Amino acid sequence: MELSASHQILQPVRMSTIIASFALALFLNFLPWRDLRLVPDFVALVLVFWCVRQPRLVGLGVAWSLGLVTDAGNGVLLGQHALAYSLLAFLGIWLSRRILWFGAGLQALHVGAILIVGQAVSLLVRLAAGNDFPGWPILVGPLAGAILWPLVSWALLLPQRRQVREQAI
Amino acid sequence: MDHTPPPFFKRGPAPLVRLFFFASLSLALLVIDARFRYADGLRNWLALAAYPLQRAATAPIELLSSVGSFLASQAQLVQENESLRAKALEASRDAQRYEAAQAEAAQLRRLIGAQERLEVRAIPAEVMYNGRDPYSHKLFIDRGATQGVRPGSPVTDETGVVGQVTRVHALVSEVTLLTDRDQAIPVQVMRNGLRAIAFGGGGAGTLELRGMAANADIQNNDRLVTSGIDGTYPAGLPVATVIRIERDAENAYARVVCRPAAGVDRGRFVLVLSDDTAKPPRPEETQSAKDKTRRRLRDKDGTVR
Repeated sequence: MELSASHQILQPVRMSTIIASFALALFLNFLPWRDLRLVPDFVALVLVFWCVRQPRLVGLGVAWSLGLVTDAGNGVLLGQHALAYSLLAFLGIWLSRRILWFGAGLQALHVGAILIVGQAVSLLVRLAAGNDFPGWPILVGPLAGAILWPLVSWALLLPQRRQVREQAI
Repeated sequence: MDHTPPPFFKRGPAPLVRLFFFASLSLALLVIDARFRYADGLRNWLALAAYPLQRAATAPIELLSSVGSFLASQAQLVQENESLRAKALEASRDAQRYEAAQAEAAQLRRLIGAQERLEVRAIPAEVMYNGRDPYSHKLFIDRGATQGVRPGSPVTDETGVVGQVTRVHALVSEVTLLTDRDQAIPVQVMRNGLRAIAFGGGGAGTLELRGMAANADIQNNDRLVTSGIDGTYPAGLPVATVIRIERDAENAYARVVCRPAAGVDRGRFVLVLSDDTAKPPRPEETQSAKDKTRRRLRDKDGTVR
């Protein structure tokens, strides 16, 4: 019975894979994008992925620390991304059993909703701090993230799959 | 066989409890950072941790642009050379005039017994990337406290004021652009010396003069320069050009919209000015205001490094 990718037998994940994926996501986030509103938040995407896949390895502590680094790197209020990422991680862990039951498209739908909630938290924090509403394009980032989800989950599962193949040979 | 429960049951505190813990931690940090600025030490350390990744992330773009300039065509170079030579000629003429004027001004200042102005020191810096926060207008430059950048220094490019250094890390500084909603700069109309304060217009990328009387003598295409009375910006730097004036009979104030003179979010190189002008002593303060200032100063001493 092949329901979805989650039912394939995968090798246990290596810690180095997780760390490398987060470093790569931070790198992608720090690229000098022209307009950040239109770019998906790669750290949030990778974070949700690991929270869904490995809720026992990656949790709220990791999310919070990543949020702080993002805050300092972006020069925004300390705690803005930390709060948003903590909530993302919680939603990812909470929905992990449900999400893995679906195929890639429906997974992306869930992830899109989670990312929008994260963005909304950031928005609320900034509005409370007295900033202007940056316009509706702010929704494009999370939606682009949701569209990238199948690709990201395929790429991040690659190391685990490859090990299986190597063992088979 | 060991009889410990399967690892599935050993999960520590429930996720909801952890969420509450981290959310309250974040909220506390937010309040501390936004309201009291106690968190600057922590921020500096975190920024240092993020620095290698930031540097690495800007490297490919730098590489691309350097490859692009390596492959620039002959004709382009010749043209650029010509225009640069013309510019240099103009600049040297201006510099001569400036030197003469400065000598004259110094002499006059000595005559009237005014304090002599110290030279304005300029630190050249390269823009690493534009502000990544869609809620505010900032950019990051590759010079920090180790190179002598100080918070509050004005930042200019070759055409005018870009903004002000608002945060200094060890190797990176954050510049708030003139177009940021919370940024204000005292200006003067070049034509008639009328003084005003220009505020950032937020998302539109413009500046706005607030509190200008409806009958104030200001016209389209008036050029605005820094007035220098705030002691932060040196006087006479180009700031903006007036592009639109809305005078409304219902309103006591005119709405004056200006376009910044500098390529506020376009240029790649900027100058960080550090103006060491001897400032006049502050006017006497009342007792309560003095207490407040002292508290603020103490807070600063306690947190900055």
